[in-house]
Amino acid sequence: MDEPKIPQPDTACTGVRFMLDGQRIEVRDVPPTLTLLQYLREDLGRTGTKEGCAEGDCGACTVVVGEMHDGGLRYRAVNSCIRFLPTLDGREVVTVESLRGAGGALHPVQQAMVDSHASQCGFCTPGFVMSLFALYLEGVPADRETVVDALAGNLCRCTGYRPIIEAGCRMQGYPEPAVWSCEDAQSPHRRAALQALRENTGKGQPLVPGFHAPTSLDELASLYLAQPKSLLLAGATDIGLWVTKQMRDLPPLIYLGEVVELKILRESDGILEIGAAVTLADAYAAIVARYPMLAELANRFASPPIRNSGTLCGNIANGSPIGDSMPILIALGATVVLRKGAETRVLPLEALYLGYQKNALAVGEFVAAVRIPLPAGTTRKVATYKISKRFDQDISAVCAAFVVDVEAGRIASARVAYGGMAAIPQRAKQCEAALTGQPWSEATMDAAIKALAEDYTPLSDMRASSDYRVKVACNLLRRFYAEHTSPDQQTRIGAVFSASGGG
Amino acid sequence: MADSTAGVASRHDSAHLHVSGEARYADDIPLPAGSLHAALGMSTVAHGRIRSMDLTAVRTALGVVCVITAADVPGHNSYGPILDDDPIFADDLVQCVGQSLFAVAATSTDAARRAARLAKIEYEELPAILDIRGALAQKSFVIPTQKLSRGEPRTGLAAAPHRLKGTVEMGGQDHFYLEGQVAIAIPQEDGAMLVHSSTQHPTEVQHKVGEALGRHAHDVVVNCRRMGGGFGGKESQPALFACAAAILAAKTGRAVKLRADRDADMVMTGKRHDFISDYEAGFDDSGRITALAVMLASRCGYSADLSGPVNDRAMFHVDNAYYLEHVEIVSHRCKTNTVSNTAFRGFGGPQGMVVIEAIIDDIARTLGRDPLDVRRVNFYGTTDRNVTPYLQTVEDNIIGLITDRLEQSSNYRKRRADLAAFNAASAVIKRGMAMTPVKFGISFNATIYNQAGALVHVYTDGTVLVNHGGTEMGQGLFTKVAQVVAQEFGLPMERVRVSATDTSKVPNTSATAASSGSDLNGKAAQAAAVAIRERLVAHACASHALTAEQVRFEAGRVFLGESSMDFEAFVREAYAARISLSSSGYYRTPKIHYDRVTLTGRPFFYYAYGAAVAEVEIDTLTGETRLAQVDILHDVGRSLNPALDIGQIEGGFLQGAGWLTSEELWWNARGELKTHAPSTYKIPTARDWPANASVKLVEGLPNVEDTIYRSKAVGEPPLMLGISVLHAIRDAIAAGRPGVLPRLTAPATPEAVLRALNELNQA
Repeated sequence: MDEPKIPQPDTACTGVRFMLDGQRIEVRDVPPTLTLLQYLREDLGRTGTKEGCAEGDCGACTVVVGEMHDGGLRYRAVNSCIRFLPTLDGREVVTVESLRGAGGALHPVQQAMVDSHASQCGFCTPGFVMSLFALYLEGVPADRETVVDALAGNLCRCTGYRPIIEAGCRMQGYPEPAVWSCEDAQSPHRRAALQALRENTGKGQPLVPGFHAPTSLDELASLYLAQPKSLLLAGATDIGLWVTKQMRDLPPLIYLGEVVELKILRESDGILEIGAAVTLADAYAAIVARYPMLAELANRFASPPIRNSGTLCGNIANGSPIGDSMPILIALGATVVLRKGAETRVLPLEALYLGYQKNALAVGEFVAAVRIPLPAGTTRKVATYKISKRFDQDISAVCAAFVVDVEAGRIASARVAYGGMAAIPQRAKQCEAALTGQPWSEATMDAAIKALAEDYTPLSDMRASSDYRVKVACNLLRRFYAEHTSPDQQTRIGAVFSASGGG
Repeated sequence: MADSTAGVASRHDSAHLHVSGEARYADDIPLPAGSLHAALGMSTVAHGRIRSMDLTAVRTALGVVCVITAADVPGHNSYGPILDDDPIFADDLVQCVGQSLFAVAATSTDAARRAARLAKIEYEELPAILDIRGALAQKSFVIPTQKLSRGEPRTGLAAAPHRLKGTVEMGGQDHFYLEGQVAIAIPQEDGAMLVHSSTQHPTEVQHKVGEALGRHAHDVVVNCRRMGGGFGGKESQPALFACAAAILAAKTGRAVKLRADRDADMVMTGKRHDFISDYEAGFDDSGRITALAVMLASRCGYSADLSGPVNDRAMFHVDNAYYLEHVEIVSHRCKTNTVSNTAFRGFGGPQGMVVIEAIIDDIARTLGRDPLDVRRVNFYGTTDRNVTPYLQTVEDNIIGLITDRLEQSSNYRKRRADLAAFNAASAVIKRGMAMTPVKFGISFNATIYNQAGALVHVYTDGTVLVNHGGTEMGQGLFTKVAQVVAQEFGLPMERVRVSATDTSKVPNTSATAASSGSDLNGKAAQAAAVAIRERLVAHACASHALTAEQVRFEAGRVFLGESSMDFEAFVREAYAARISLSSSGYYRTPKIHYDRVTLTGRPFFYYAYGAAVAEVEIDTLTGETRLAQVDILHDVGRSLNPALDIGQIEGGFLQGAGWLTSEELWWNARGELKTHAPSTYKIPTARDWPANASVKLVEGLPNVEDTIYRSKAVGEPPLMLGISVLHAIRDAIAAGRPGVLPRLTAPATPEAVLRALNELNQA
């Protein structure tokens, strides 16, 4: 194996530049996989941000990252424990230590937490404060559901959450702080500082040894073709764990986050195209705007900090059998745009997956975008369901997706796909066959369920047994039928979720 | 208490530090120059003999400074809290996956953890027992089986109008404190060692470190300002990490930090015991239990740890709030080749209660009665039917009053009728509800631990520094103790500071456990404050010609007959008169006694009570559940701090609900725990706190015993309010099917719920 070596410290590196508390921080010669959390705690001695799990699942490490977006500054909560430092280049980092005003005055988020008795052991608290701070900067009073959504990535073991939710609901009612009000967050000096970071950016040079951040698609394509053993990095919500959990030595990284063409999110000719640098948050916002019935899945996909870092194409390219995006995208007939050097090809998404952790990408080829067909006609019934032990921020035991066209009482076409049932996200071909051409009826469902049980032989693991997976996969087809024949019947736990379901 | 600081909903003393990231935890403490970082090497088999351990690659890895094994332990190679069956480093026999085998110190955490993975260890694998049934079949126990019997249970069963047999199964629970295990050992002069440990039991860490180093207690100082959560997981477990760090520090002469990452923490440390119970109950037409035989079997893991007292407490809470006239409880403490289970909030009590609540529920469903009514006919009496199976008389019973009030305030009967109507009309989603009571015994079972010390200094600027033997893990103990001291001196809270728990200030402490923190340390701090105050009063009487009744401490001033002066000025006057302004304080719980041989006595000073009504929805297609509403009424006597007490109740309830619903520990056939991080182990999130919740303290009922300001302990009891959620789910599973007894195992994951539903459908 001639693994490419990480180059030695190189004066040709541009360095990583970001803003922190009004200071411009410039970092060179750090490992490309140094996490923001390690840098904050170990290099800067800013120990307010905590490590709870080092996998982006507990939120103790939550910080807020600001970046230029549509001419303004956009702030998002992210998990610093799996965020590689070089990906902060050109951005602003806000940590829990940043929030106190002059004379030590607590920020409204912090004061609301104190007044609500919302901390006990306090270890998770900085993360909660930062998730709430990101919500605070949206500038509108939040209700319980909004707060709960914003906190889906933060675990607290002490309080039972009630006082934290209360703090989130009341924080907007406090007098505006001098520092980190919504207005201050958008102030010209902050924008100017970020713009200044972008000046004198080197072309084609790595930021630090082993970390390239090409800015154009052509540059990316040729770089990856020349160095196909490099690792493409987008949100690092999985690759981060290769470092923090598996302690793998990674090959040189090529970061997609600065490639302008990969940030596209556009609709044309009945297709929604989402580029490989578009975060899950932005991608799902666009998808849900067109497919409202996917709102619950969008809301339950990981957590806000993960959705703010991870990308939809990353989820797709990663190809996990339990990835939540793929079943519905496959059922909708999505395609992926693959790029290799100067060549582009388009593949049905399902054709990307050949086997467990095996895909159809050629050497030097990568997923540049996903194309999702938009809703056509009114006869199409669309749903996706996720089943896990916990409602929020869990990994699916089973994820199901159904796209069924019913014309004159008959099923004209049916695409059914599942995650968690096979080594790859996979269509249920026998089930589809049992549906297609049949009447839209209970009897057809019974037959389709029989067929579905033959489609898969899932594994038993810590998330669910094989038996449960099969049973629930079948029952989700029943739910799909029930929701589209008796819409008044409650089919989901919790009224809030029923409202977003149904389709 | 007019003008009091005790009883007020003061904020947590560290709240402003928590929210600004300024609260310092062990991992945040700046290290001396040259500090090293450590990692532990773990076994990869559940049971086996070590054939060879080649650590060459570990020793030569980049950044590694020191590697130690059992052979390098200068003193005693054990960190077991009661028995010597927990080696710091196993040297021959390996008894679970994740057992500590060696430790590495390196120049960075990353280097240490990477190096620890390079060990080449060969094992001769032995057959492993991985679960309770397997252990029972082979009679594999860590300590002998215990039996508690009262009356004539066997005769009673034979004579009972109705008899029922059943099995109750419940899983364990990981503590999932947000701050993992961590210790920093800093060598001092002359062989002494300073240890910063995230521990509920500094004294035990002090002793274990001393023994491991071959030194004495006075050579070791253990310090802990706060933990990022404990829940029992930092009672006996921190000693392993502290001992390994201290041995490395002693060997290298450099400070050593050992912080387990989340996965290592979850794989290596003990958890709540999972239990299986087989029971046979005899009862009358009203559902009153006339005789009961219960077998409890728990998974203790490979060593005894605290499993003895945990299982004793399980036996002592099989009664919960119910009078069991003829009863037999047999308790097997199963030895398995899994991590050694340990203390967890409730300490066996929750498991005992889950068993009796399941029995009551089974009886109610068998008779077709509302489970609440069956619970009621079984409640302890106030003047008769009030002696526990361990022969303590229940003198403070208020469970009837609590359930009456809660039945009204939660609108229990109306909602139950609404729910039946909903279920009749809803095919897929079913609702269920349940009220479950809690009666929890307060005091360490072992009488010896029910003592505490404190140290109070009054400085000449009128500020007060308090130290006591309890530890702060988020529960607000430091705040409550500060309130007590402020109350005794009539000072505002900002004049009182509580400093880090430190074995060199207050010695021979008990673990902050058994909900005892404020009962014990509040009283000890009060004693210290009163001692100083009495000296001050004596001085006032002598120098101002007053009687003691004419001297009052209030609102930051000292009232001396008709005049008054600032506390600060008065203290300076006392100092000038050479009055000692410092005192230790000591407290031991009165009235309690316990015979470990007969398992009888008065182990508990008093009981804390509570009840919860939970309402859930379940999806009969998927088994998913959601907590829709909870109504809680809980007894804290006269609250020391209502805000902190409500916090304990809400947090305890949701932690208990999590244990019984989403929190599933899963081992594979090799005995490897596969749920060792939050990605796979699912504690509740914010959405799991129900949108409709009412959490109230019982008003107007001070503790009948002389506790600190007549308050009651609140750390553990509310956890068991979560049992209401399990029973609400069970109620929903049985919806519309009178007479059925769903076989619902805990945790009631979607899979467990669907399995129970399918069993009913096939029956």
